[in-house]
Parts: sequence; structure tokens; C-alpha cells
Amino acid sequence: MGNFRTELGVGLFMLAGLACLFYLAVRLGDFEPFGSARYPLEARFVSSSGLKPGAFVEVGGVRVGRVTGIELDPGTYESRVHLELDPEVRLQEDAIASIRTEGIIGDKFIKITPGGSDEILAPGDVMFETESSISLEELISKYIFESDN
Amino acid sequence: MSRGPLSTPVAGLGRFGLYLALLAPHLLRPWRQPGAVLRQLHFIGARSVTVIAVAGGFVGMVVALQFHDTLVRFGAVGMLGAAVGLSLIRELAPVLTALIVIGRVGSAMCAEMGIMRSDNQVDALECMAIDPYGYLLAPRFTATLIAVPLLTALFNVVGIGGGWFVGVVMFDISGGAYFGAMADSVLGRDVAMDLVKSIVFALVIVWICTGKGFLMHLAARPAFGAEGVSRTTTEAVVAASISVLFADYIISALML
Repeated sequence: MGNFRTELGVGLFMLAGLACLFYLAVRLGDFEPFGSARYPLEARFVSSSGLKPGAFVEVGGVRVGRVTGIELDPGTYESRVHLELDPEVRLQEDAIASIRTEGIIGDKFIKITPGGSDEILAPGDVMFETESSISLEELISKYIFESDN
Repeated sequence: MSRGPLSTPVAGLGRFGLYLALLAPHLLRPWRQPGAVLRQLHFIGARSVTVIAVAGGFVGMVVALQFHDTLVRFGAVGMLGAAVGLSLIRELAPVLTALIVIGRVGSAMCAEMGIMRSDNQVDALECMAIDPYGYLLAPRFTATLIAVPLLTALFNVVGIGGGWFVGVVMFDISGGAYFGAMADSVLGRDVAMDLVKSIVFALVIVWICTGKGFLMHLAARPAFGAEGVSRTTTEAVVAASISVLFADYIISALML
């Protein structure tokens, strides 16, 4: 009887611990044990300054994916941003990806504006219609130094 | 070799290294003594749940209270969930769980090993051709390595709940903002750091605490009897706590 109570106590403890671990990994840590159903896309930006892997992708203000990686294209000096989108989101070939900031000092994210083309982007395709990060400093310097003209 | 002021601590380190090396082959076969592992899991894990839950709840509440007071000045109360989640998962939960386990379990394990050594019970086991490493120590190592990561996860979740209570119930932040900010800022990397820390801390705790007691008679100042056990236990708790904090800095520096 004493042994059964020990086993029961340990079993309950391990179940509680594993449930907590599962919650941390899956709900908070974006760990996907069963593989992701999302499909990949690539977007090329002149500058992706401030964008980080894990940043979210929005269409019409709704989160539909995230950034999985950022790398430099050594040939064109462009930034190649790898995205991951929910399978039900189908984007036209002329959809525009722009890097925006959440609030004034918030994190960068990618906003996608749907296009009008009949051609739908297939998994792995590249989006060429992009707008780079808006740098507040550059905008201010433009305003200060070019206002005389 | 003569015992000098420098060679004595180095020899002590070597003794603990040998201790772990002698134990390592037994750790690869944890199923040899399921009953003993179960009893240790009950003592180390199941019976620590209450203290870990209470500590986690209050730590989460106080972290939320402190961050709320600071964030409200910048109008960034929406970031409360991120602040509570990151500070608990990356730092507070692994370290505080380890310190609580040292106090509750490590001291007991050290004293138990010390008394067994002091009463020649270890020698008696060897006379019966029972390997004390496999019989006494391996189940304690296995159980600690399983229990501490689970206790840390429990600390995290209860702490996040405590933060939720202060932020959402007491200060009227929206629950969606609290959990949304947390889910946005906590990455898989952070949870991985939490796991690595808790596993390393578990090893440090059980290694130092059982080793101090088990090797009590070989120490630079050999310890015997009640007075020796009390001194050794104090030393083990201090050494384990300092080692956990040291390992915490190293892991943070490597993984950030």
C-alpha cells in the first residue's frame, strides 16, 4: 500500500512536470513537435535592418506566419528573408511585402499587401515586390537637410 | 607527494572528478534499480512540489509587481507578460529551483551519505560485494536529473500564473496582452536555455551533495561522527549553491 502511494505521488508529480514543460515548449517556445504545416516563401529586401528571425508576418493585420531566417545575397547585396506562411493564405505573385514597426520603438514585422495578379505564389517562390525598413533617423535627416530646396 | 596549500584543493577536485567517473557507467543503466529510483523521485520530486509551487507563485507575483511599477512609468505595461516570462524562464526559475532543491534535498542527501560513511555502512556494503556506486548513488543521480527539470518547469508555470494574478487580476491589464506579449518574446531558444540550466544544475547539486558526504573520510580535514557530518553538510550546501550560481553565469554567457 505504501509502495502504491509512492508510485502514485511520483506519477502525479511527473505528469504535472511534463505538462508544464509541454506548455512552455509549445505555447511559449514555438516548438512544433509534429512539424509545421506552413509553407516557405522568400522575400528580397534592399535592407531588412532591425528585422529578426521569429518576427511575425501580417496580412490585413492578422498574423499568418513568421520569419524563419535572414541572410545576405552575396551577389546583389540584398537581404533574403525566409518566411513561413499558413497554408490557407494564398498570395498573388505581385503581393507587396513591407517591413513595418510595431508602434514607434516596437519590434519590426512584415506586412503583406495582397496584389491583383491571377498567378499565385507556390511554396519556395520569391517575392520581388518589397519595401525595406523605414529608418526614422533617415526620415528625420531628410526632413532637416532637404527642406531648404 | 607532500600536501601543500595548492596541491590540497587540486587533489580535492581530482577526487570529485574520479567520483563522477566511477559513477558514470552506472548512470548509463538507470533501469537497474527501478524501485530505488522511484523512492528517490518521490523524495526529491513529488515531495518538493508544494514548496516549489508556493515559491514559484510568490516569485512570479513579486516580479510582476516590480516590473509593473517600472513599466507603468514608460507607458509600456503591455510588455509585462514578456518581462515576467523572460525573467522567469531564462533565469529565476532554474536558479531558485536549484537553490530550493539544495536546501531541501541536497542537505538531506549529504547528511545521509555522511552518516552511512561515518557508521561504516558503506564498508559493510562493500563486504557484501554490493557496489555502493551502483546501489546507493546511481538512483539518487538518476532521480535528481529527472526531477529538477520537471520542478523547474513547474516553477515557471506557477510563476507565470502568479504574474498573471498580479498583472491581470490586480492591475487590470488585459489577459490577452499579458499572454500575447509573453508568447511573442519567449522563443524556443529561451526554453532550451531553461532546460539546459536545470539539467546542469541537477548534476551539480547531486554531484557535490552526495560526493561531499560519501567522500567525507577522505577530505583534507577528514570528518567523522556527528560533528563531521554537520560540518560536511554545511560545506556541501555552500559549495553547491556557489557552483550553481557560477554555472548559471557560464551557461548564460554561452547561450545568450
